[in-house]
Amino acid sequence: MVSPILELSKINKSFGHVQANKDISLKINKGTIHGIIGENGAGKSTLMSIVFGLYQADSGTISINGNIIKLKSPRDSILSGIGMVHQHFMLVENFTVLENIILGFEGELVFGKKLKEAKEKLLKICKKYNLKIELDSIISNLSIGFRQRVEILKALYRDAQIFILDEPTGVLTPQEVDDLFKILRSLQEEEKTIVLITHKLNEIMELTNEVTVMRQGKVAGLKRTNSTNKEELAEMMVGRSVLLNVNKSKSAKGKSIFKVSNLKVRDELNVLRVKGVDFEIHEGEILGLAGVTGNGQTELLEALSGIRKVESGEVKLFNEKISDNNNFLNPKELKEKGLAHVPEDRQRMGLVTNFKATENLIFGYHHKHPFSKSSIMMEDKILSYSKKAMKEFDVRPISPNLLTSNFSGGNQQKLILSRELDKNPKVLLVGQPTRGVDIGAIEFIHQRLIDMRDKGAAILLVSVELEEILSLSDRIVVMFDGNIVGEKINENITERDLGLLMAGIKNE
Amino acid sequence: MSNVFDKTKVPWWVSNLIVPLINILLALFISGLFILIAGENPIKAVKLIIYGSFGYIEGFGYTLYYTTNFIFTGLAFAVAFHCKLFNIGGEGQAYLGGLGVFLAAIYFSFLPAPIVWILAILFAAVFGGLWAFIPAYLQAYRGSHVVITTIMFNFIASALMVYLLVDVIRDTNQMGPKTVAISKDLWFPMFREVAQFFGFKIRYSTLNISFFLAIVACFFVWFLIWKTKWGYEMRAVGHNTKAAVYAGISPHKNIIIAMLISGSLAGLLGVNEVLGVHHKVIVNFPAGYGFTGIAVALMGRNHPIGIFLGAMLFGILYQGGSEVTFEIPNISRYMFVAVQGLIILFAGALENLLRPQIESFFVKRLNASEIK
Repeated sequence: MVSPILELSKINKSFGHVQANKDISLKINKGTIHGIIGENGAGKSTLMSIVFGLYQADSGTISINGNIIKLKSPRDSILSGIGMVHQHFMLVENFTVLENIILGFEGELVFGKKLKEAKEKLLKICKKYNLKIELDSIISNLSIGFRQRVEILKALYRDAQIFILDEPTGVLTPQEVDDLFKILRSLQEEEKTIVLITHKLNEIMELTNEVTVMRQGKVAGLKRTNSTNKEELAEMMVGRSVLLNVNKSKSAKGKSIFKVSNLKVRDELNVLRVKGVDFEIHEGEILGLAGVTGNGQTELLEALSGIRKVESGEVKLFNEKISDNNNFLNPKELKEKGLAHVPEDRQRMGLVTNFKATENLIFGYHHKHPFSKSSIMMEDKILSYSKKAMKEFDVRPISPNLLTSNFSGGNQQKLILSRELDKNPKVLLVGQPTRGVDIGAIEFIHQRLIDMRDKGAAILLVSVELEEILSLSDRIVVMFDGNIVGEKINENITERDLGLLMAGIKNE
Repeated sequence: MSNVFDKTKVPWWVSNLIVPLINILLALFISGLFILIAGENPIKAVKLIIYGSFGYIEGFGYTLYYTTNFIFTGLAFAVAFHCKLFNIGGEGQAYLGGLGVFLAAIYFSFLPAPIVWILAILFAAVFGGLWAFIPAYLQAYRGSHVVITTIMFNFIASALMVYLLVDVIRDTNQMGPKTVAISKDLWFPMFREVAQFFGFKIRYSTLNISFFLAIVACFFVWFLIWKTKWGYEMRAVGHNTKAAVYAGISPHKNIIIAMLISGSLAGLLGVNEVLGVHHKVIVNFPAGYGFTGIAVALMGRNHPIGIFLGAMLFGILYQGGSEVTFEIPNISRYMFVAVQGLIILFAGALENLLRPQIESFFVKRLNASEIK
């Protein structure tokens, strides 16, 4: 079992000044599940893109089964037996499963004999690994979990020996994750090798045999999974010890100030996405809204923050109606009333990435004192405010005139939080506050949210990270298919309890 | 993928000066080849262009007169572009702006000249702005693409003006489709007259005090876009509409504002043409300035300083080009249309053709010198 199937030796890769990979050497043994863990920007994705032939290394070698190979394109690596399941699936949505799998490897001009052979081969593979996939279904009709299976099947069809999975569980429900892990184990039983890229420590502990930790483009360490623990790995990732659990006192819950009744919301395709939701939030309370992406959370948040019209029902802030089907206050008016919103998608909604940091720090408040006066921007005041805000929220680098797109994800998120928390809102709507944010910044962001709660704000926390929901919320509601399917006080709840609710299974 | 380099390390002067300069030189080089094929000496042509546009005072006057027009239409395009609107209706907006100037000068002719001038400038802006308002409204509230509607409005403007010039406001004492001249007291002072006032004697060119209006317009646009709340909101909508909505900025409102200002700036071309040069409205006086303004703005990277320089370049080409065709009959007027086309092609459409190579070259050079 201990012969390296994939060996990387002294891989270097830089983009301009930034060295994404420094002298990386790595051995991955045949028939193992090997985890690669690291913060965002640690160089994991770059490294795997090199292995998959998307990028070429500046120096260093890659060998498979002891033979040094040159990978100039993904096609080379596919032919060398490497299969990759990307974070964002590479599937043609209106093609069938079969059409997607043979794409690029059709082998004939007019479909006929080869297509039939392909189908037979695929059916055999499905049977062998117990993959339940209908080959003739259209991709757009399949759930995310199934689409991922199609990607795995695609790699199997191309006779991959090494499977690289990039953050495969980010979009799955806990039950789908279980299914995926089963598939991966059965692949391992057939002597296939799996490389799992992730930033989730739980997955590493549960699934892998060995784990390589990356930090700042270098290998920070290689461990056998059964001889390490989460705390140690987290420390290696960040380079210092990390608090995995948030320090949080019991909430001093006040009166209810934000009330949502029988709210229904449609999306831009006129599909009903929120199907009659009720909840309320009290002063000094964090209400966690758990759920798998795409179950109406996005539309709900947009409706609550005045971006989207509601279909029916109403929203009340301090007993004043702020939204119903005739009328709704826009985000500007809601800000005046003390409602702030940290949107789910920071790049597409929360920020103008082509703006300077300083311009984003006043975004949405730019028309107010002291940032502008008779419609003229007060640049000196904006600049001194920005410097202070960036210092306070530990945004790095403190360069207010740098374009926002040049900041890392975590620092971009800090810019938004600084902007929205600075005005001491009474109600704070927060969507995915730590998506794509590294561990060091997560700790900071979580602490800020708890501080806001302790100051008496009512906070709605929408997140797909169960760990985050469980560690921050005082009360949790679960959303599934546009409905709230469960509500629990956050005491002795496990991820599994929430997971079943998130998958739409009621546990009585 | 071999071209990946750190974009943040590109010095501003490389992307804003070196790249446009190389693009222009490339265009001129290819133009030179054309002139060679035509059997003439390109060096001689370049000398004539420079002499024609700078070499003597009235030639320089004409250069600046053309520059004035290009500044107006270039700024017009740039303002809309900061809100991600492709206003290619500058031609029609300028045409209507000229009508506004004429009406102000006719109906308020009893007032003192400076007041009439201010009114005429306002009318030009309002007429041009209103002509842009309809496409703006359709874009903002009906989703009709502004590129389609503004280009259609150019045709409508053209048809409307021909109708007016033939049937409504034609000078009935003559056959041509043009209006009566406005009262001589109301003509914009020519640059020659201004110089005379200070004791210099220079010969006639069409340069008039509209040039200063164009300079003022440059400052106005710079201030509007980068120093005011409106500019901030327009840019926010332009860069990221979704984020603008999130922040409580109305895209509809800003689309309309941007197009109104854009149309007004294009309308000001009418001041230069009607008040400054022709003193009447003649058929098709915008003569393509509206379209060339797009290239000027793109070449000037939508910044007033860049637009001023781009406008100057096209002014030189217009004026120097006519000098060349006059001196070398073998090179026709159309040759210069081709040269302009090449510049538009290289500076506008192929703007990014060499940009990555040039930028990465400088970044690597600078890195190397830093390491030393």
